[in-house]
Amino acid sequence: MNEFLKKSEIKRLKNLTFLQRLYIPEILKGIRITLRQIFKPSFTIQYPEQKFIKPESFRGRPVLVEENGVERCVACGLCSRVCPALAIDVQSAETELEKERYPEIFEINMLRCIFCGFCEEVCPEEAIIMSSDYELSFTDYNSAIYGKDKLLVPIEKVQDRLDHLHRTR
Amino acid sequence: MNIISEAVVKILMILFINLTIVAYLVLVERKVSAYIQNRIGPNRVGPWGLLQPLADIIKLFFKEDIVPKAVNKFIHSLAPIISVVVAFSTFAVIPFGDKITIFGTTYKLVIADVNVGVLIILALTSLGVYGITLSGWASNNKYSLLGGLRSAAQMISYELSLGISLIGVLMMTESLRLTQIVEFQNGYILGFIPKWNIFLQPLGFIIFLVASFAETNRLPFDLPEAETELVGGYHVEYTGMKFGLFFLAEYAAMITASAFIVTIYLGGWQFPFVEYFNLSPFMLSLLQIGAFAFKVWLVLLFFIVIRWTIPRFRYDQLMNIGWKVMLPASIANVILTAFLIYFNLL
Ligand code: SF4
Ligand code: SF4
Repeated sequence: MNEFLKKSEIKRLKNLTFLQRLYIPEILKGIRITLRQIFKPSFTIQYPEQKFIKPESFRGRPVLVEENGVERCVACGLCSRVCPALAIDVQSAETELEKERYPEIFEINMLRCIFCGFCEEVCPEEAIIMSSDYELSFTDYNSAIYGKDKLLVPIEKVQDRLDHLHRTR
Repeated sequence: MNIISEAVVKILMILFINLTIVAYLVLVERKVSAYIQNRIGPNRVGPWGLLQPLADIIKLFFKEDIVPKAVNKFIHSLAPIISVVVAFSTFAVIPFGDKITIFGTTYKLVIADVNVGVLIILALTSLGVYGITLSGWASNNKYSLLGGLRSAAQMISYELSLGISLIGVLMMTESLRLTQIVEFQNGYILGFIPKWNIFLQPLGFIIFLVASFAETNRLPFDLPEAETELVGGYHVEYTGMKFGLFFLAEYAAMITASAFIVTIYLGGWQFPFVEYFNLSPFMLSLLQIGAFAFKVWLVLLFFIVIRWTIPRFRYDQLMNIGWKVMLPASIANVILTAFLIYFNLL
């Protein structure tokens, strides 16, 4: 600090007036500010009854998009590769559909997931996206591993997020 | 026999009321601090969070009582007891009303109307430092020890100005008996200002108030437990109800300090202009108790608001203020009062 600032350059409130040095008027000023705050509205959100309004870009738990009854995912494994928390497990298998591959097993360990959204960003098919769902609770380890049954969400329900992605990407 | 039973009833009443006030003081402090910080504060247990103190107490009782291996077991358990006993017993000499007549018998509204009341309070509050210092030492933890040492230094420095600022009042009232000090404050200056010592001794009042903050370890003088520097100070190694006792002692000390301030400087149970109301003696007594409680709560609220307004002093600032400002100022106050009394101006 002293290397960069000469002592004369350090700004300090010197030459306080007598009243300021008495300290008591300043305390009263402080109390006035404190008391003023009491009458201002509070910022608290009463959580379970009242929920905050989520912005479009809010990242909740990742979900798989389900289109025409099947997942969009082609089991390329990119999301699993990019996931910094190593939360995703994909096992691919062949299918008769046009996309040729589908995930036989798709599991996200929600205890590991850090809601970073990398999986959404990397996915070439827009098959995994972040939903707005953030209220998760588990009572044991196994129930925290979300399989395809919990991850698949019909496309209508996540249309907002898809629109947001199209707008911002 | 009658005197003893009367005293026992009074003690139990005061103890009960004080414990309730402590419980609700914690709630009020949390609520007020919440509003000051634009939050809401506890509001889940009971309406407006009114049962929160109960929940806190139950929680403290069910917590595990962890005693670290390296502590001095005896002193470790003794310290919180000292703190609590000292904090509560001080209330014994504080008059919370004049007299009350119930079914033809007149009771004095003070547990012990002793003629050295002020000295007893000063003596007991200075014992309180033992609780903190011993807990700091017995915990065998450097943070606790630092907290205890700071507490000892702080108490000794501020007790001086506390005592000396009182001398001004004592010179005027010529008595150490607290009931007499309250009686002295009956009347008016210039016919309309109540003759409270705060108006006769403004400098002494300010010094006494600041020193009381230091004595009760409240912000801005909470150096013994400075969370940011000392983790939690002297009570780091305490859990469960032992920690609860320290907590209780801190707030009980606050109540005692406010009651003391009210008694000495704010006219005690005096209610200004009450003689024009033509009240029955019983109603008058109740009104006086109410006035006392009201004043005590005002001072308590002042304590709380100050806590959330002013940041903690640095240690050297604390010592500077104590020795270089407060002590000379309180001595000057004594000399000034002496002159005024000598020339019959007070
Ligand atoms: S949000 Fe991040 S941590 Fe969670 S599954 Fe996707 S890539 Fe992994
Ligand atoms: S979700 Fe997307 S990135 Fe992940 S395996 Fe399926 S297609 Fe690939």
